[in-house]
Amino acid sequence: MSDTHAQTVPYVRESMLPQAEPPVAERGVVKWIRENLVSSWLNAILTLVSLYIIWWVVSHVWGWFAGSVWNAGSLTECREILAGEEGACFAVIAERWNQLVFGFYPPELYWRPLLALALFFAAIAPVLFPERVPRAMFVVTAAMPFVNVWLIWGGSLWGPIFVALGFVAGWGAWRLAQPRLGVLAGAILSVLAALLWWGVVTGWASPDFARILPLDLQRVTSRDIGGFLLSTIIGLSAIILSLPLGILLALGRQSDLFIINKVSVAFIEVIRGIPLIVWLFTAQLLLNYFLPPGTNFDLLLRVIIMVTLFSAAYIAEVVRGGLAALPRGQYEGADSLGLSYWQSMRLIILPQALKISIPGIVNTFIGLFKDTTLVVFIGLLDPIGFSNAIRASTDWNGIYWELFVFIGVLFFIFCYSMGRYSLYLEKKLSREHR
Amino acid sequence: MTDTAFDDSPKVDRSQMKVSDEVAIEIAEMNKWYGTFHVLRDINLTVYRGERIVICGPSGSGKSTLIRCINRLEEHQSGRIVVDGTELSSDLKNIDKIRSEVGMCFQHFNLFPHLTILENCTLAPIWVRKVPKKEAEETAMHFLEKVKIPDQANKYPGQLSGGQQQRVAIARSLCMRPRIMLFDEPTSALDPEMIKEVLDTMIELAEEGMTMICVTHEMGFAQAVANRVIFMDQGQIVEQNEPREFFNNPRSDRTKLFLSQILGH
Ligand SMILES: Nc1ncnc2c1ncn2[C@@H]1O[C@H](COP(=O)(O)OP(=O)(O)O)[C@@H](O)[C@H]1O
Ligand SMILES: [Mg+2]
Repeated sequence: MSDTHAQTVPYVRESMLPQAEPPVAERGVVKWIRENLVSSWLNAILTLVSLYIIWWVVSHVWGWFAGSVWNAGSLTECREILAGEEGACFAVIAERWNQLVFGFYPPELYWRPLLALALFFAAIAPVLFPERVPRAMFVVTAAMPFVNVWLIWGGSLWGPIFVALGFVAGWGAWRLAQPRLGVLAGAILSVLAALLWWGVVTGWASPDFARILPLDLQRVTSRDIGGFLLSTIIGLSAIILSLPLGILLALGRQSDLFIINKVSVAFIEVIRGIPLIVWLFTAQLLLNYFLPPGTNFDLLLRVIIMVTLFSAAYIAEVVRGGLAALPRGQYEGADSLGLSYWQSMRLIILPQALKISIPGIVNTFIGLFKDTTLVVFIGLLDPIGFSNAIRASTDWNGIYWELFVFIGVLFFIFCYSMGRYSLYLEKKLSREHR
Repeated sequence: MTDTAFDDSPKVDRSQMKVSDEVAIEIAEMNKWYGTFHVLRDINLTVYRGERIVICGPSGSGKSTLIRCINRLEEHQSGRIVVDGTELSSDLKNIDKIRSEVGMCFQHFNLFPHLTILENCTLAPIWVRKVPKKEAEETAMHFLEKVKIPDQANKYPGQLSGGQQQRVAIARSLCMRPRIMLFDEPTSALDPEMIKEVLDTMIELAEEGMTMICVTHEMGFAQAVANRVIFMDQGQIVEQNEPREFFNNPRSDRTKLFLSQILGH
C-alpha cells in the first residue's frame, strides 16, 4: 500500500502483531560490543591497543602476585623458598603486621583501639545514614570523641568526662545568655564558662572523683602509637574537626563584619599558601617555643591541630563556592520570614551549600587522609615510617614493593570508600530535591 | 464614564475591604542610594490598615527597592519608615519583629528547594514564632487548602508548576499570620495560563481585608482590587490616585506615556 492509499482508503487491522525481538545485532552482548568497543575503525584500534596494554601489565604482575610467599622470617629465607622463581615476599607483612597496624602499642591492649574503631563506626552511622539509624544513636556520636580518647591513651575516664562537661557548661551558658544578651555576649560568656570549668572545676574535682571511683586504664603514650592507627587517628580527627571549622571560616569570609571577614581571609590565605610539610615542622619545632616553658604539649596533638587547620582552610574555600552558587533569593526568602542569621544559615543556606560542596569536601578529606603520610618527616612512625624502619632491619633489608603495595591498598580502600559514600550522598540528595 | 480596557476585570466582593484610619506603614522623607546612585528620592507614603495599593512604573524606577525597604531587605539612608508602630533602624530586634509581621512574595518565589512544601510553610512559624510542630502543620495545611494545593504538601518545590509555587509562597507567608503583605511582581515570571490562579489567590486575600502593597503590571487586578494606584518613575512617586481616576484620567505626562505603552493603546 502506498502512503496516499493508506490515507484515503479506510483500513482496519484484522489481527494484532505480537511484540517481536530486535534483530540479533541490536541485542545484549553483541549490541554492547558493537556500540562500546568497535563502533568505528578508530575505536576498534583503540580497543585492541587497550586490551594489549592490560594484558601486558597483568601478565607481568600476575606471576609476582601468584608466586608470592606469605610465610618466611626474612628476605633471604623468602628468596630461598622462591628458589629463583618470580614472586612477591608478602611474608614481611605477615611478620610485621602488628607494627604496621598498631605501631608500638602494647599488644595486650590491642582491644582498645579496635573497640575505639567499632565505636567510631557506631558513632558515624547516624550521621552518614540518618534515615536508617535511630536518632537515639546520636548519644553515641556525642560520647565517642571523649570515650575514644580515653580508650586510646588510657588514664582516668574522669579527664574526658570533665572535658565533655565543660562543653555542656559552655552550651548551658549560651542557652541562658544568648536570648537575653545577644549572640556576641552569649558566645563570649559561653567560652568563658567552658574555660572556667576546665581551668577551675576540673582541676580540683577530677582527682577527687578519680579517688572515689578510679575508672583507670593503663596509659599509652603518643610515642607508642604508630602505623595505620596513627594515620587514622590523625586523619579522622582532622576530618571531624576541620569540617565545622571550615564552615565557620567560609561564613566568616562571607561576613559583612569587617574584622571577622579580614581575619578569616588572612587565616585561609596564609594557611593555604604554605605547604603542609612546613606547618608540620612548625608544629614540631616552633609551637613548644611559644608555649610557656615546662608545658609538654603532645606532638601528636600538635600535628592533629596543624592538619585540621590546614584542611579547614581548604574546606572553607570549597564551602564558599557552595555558598556563592546559591541564588540571592534564598537569603532573601529566609530573611523575609524573619529567620535570624544563624537560623537561616543552619536551616536554609548551609544544607543547600553543603550539598553542592559534597564532591569538593570529600575530595579535600581524601587529600588530607593521604597527606597524613607526611608526618614521617617529623619522625612519627606512620606506615611509611615503619616501612623505612622495617627496611632498615637486617632481616628485611632491600624490600620495597611489597610494603608499598600493602600501604597503597589500605589507603586506597579508605579513600575509595569515602569517594563511594560521597557519590551515594549526592545521588540520594538529588533524588530527594530533584 | 467608560473603562473599556477592563472589561475582563474579575468580580470582587468588596464587603470586607475596609480601610481603617489606623496607620499600618508610614514612610516619610525617605531616601536611598546605591553607592552614589540616588535610587529612591524623597518618598512619602502613608498606608492605612486594609489598604490595597498597587505600585507600577517602568523597569528600574525603584519599585522593588521601595517595597524591599519596608521589610529591610534593603537599608534606607535617610528619612523614616515606621511599620506597625515600630521604626526601622539598625536594631536587629526591630528588624526581626517587623519581618515576622510583614509577609513578602517575590517574582521568583524563593521557595526552599531542599524542603517539602509543608516544611517550607512550617519552618518560620516553628523557628521564629516557636509554635509547636503539630500546630504549625495544621496552620500550614489550612493555608495550603486556601491556596488550593493541599494535595502537594509532601512534594518538593521543584515538582510544582510556577503558578503552584507562587501560591505556596503566598501560603508560606500567610503561615506567619502577617498583618501586611508585600508582593513584588508575583506574576511576571509566570506563563499566561498560570497568572490567573495566582491573581485569584491575591484577590481572595484582599477580600478578607489584608493590607497589601503589590508591585504589578496586571492592570485588571489593579482596577478590581486596589484602592490606590501609585506610579513611580526615576525613584520618585510621580502620581497616585484611586484606580478609576488613575487609569481614565492620568494627570502627568509620564503616567500617560506609561499607560499608553502598557495598555497598548
Ligand atoms: N543591589 C543594587 N546595587 C546597585 N544598583 C541597584 C541594585 N538593585 C537595583 N539597583 C538599581 O536601582 C534601580 C531600581 O531598581 P529596582 O528597584 O529593582 O527597579 P524596579 O523594581 O522598579 O524595576 C535600577 O536602576 C537598578 O539598576
Ligand atoms: Mg522589580
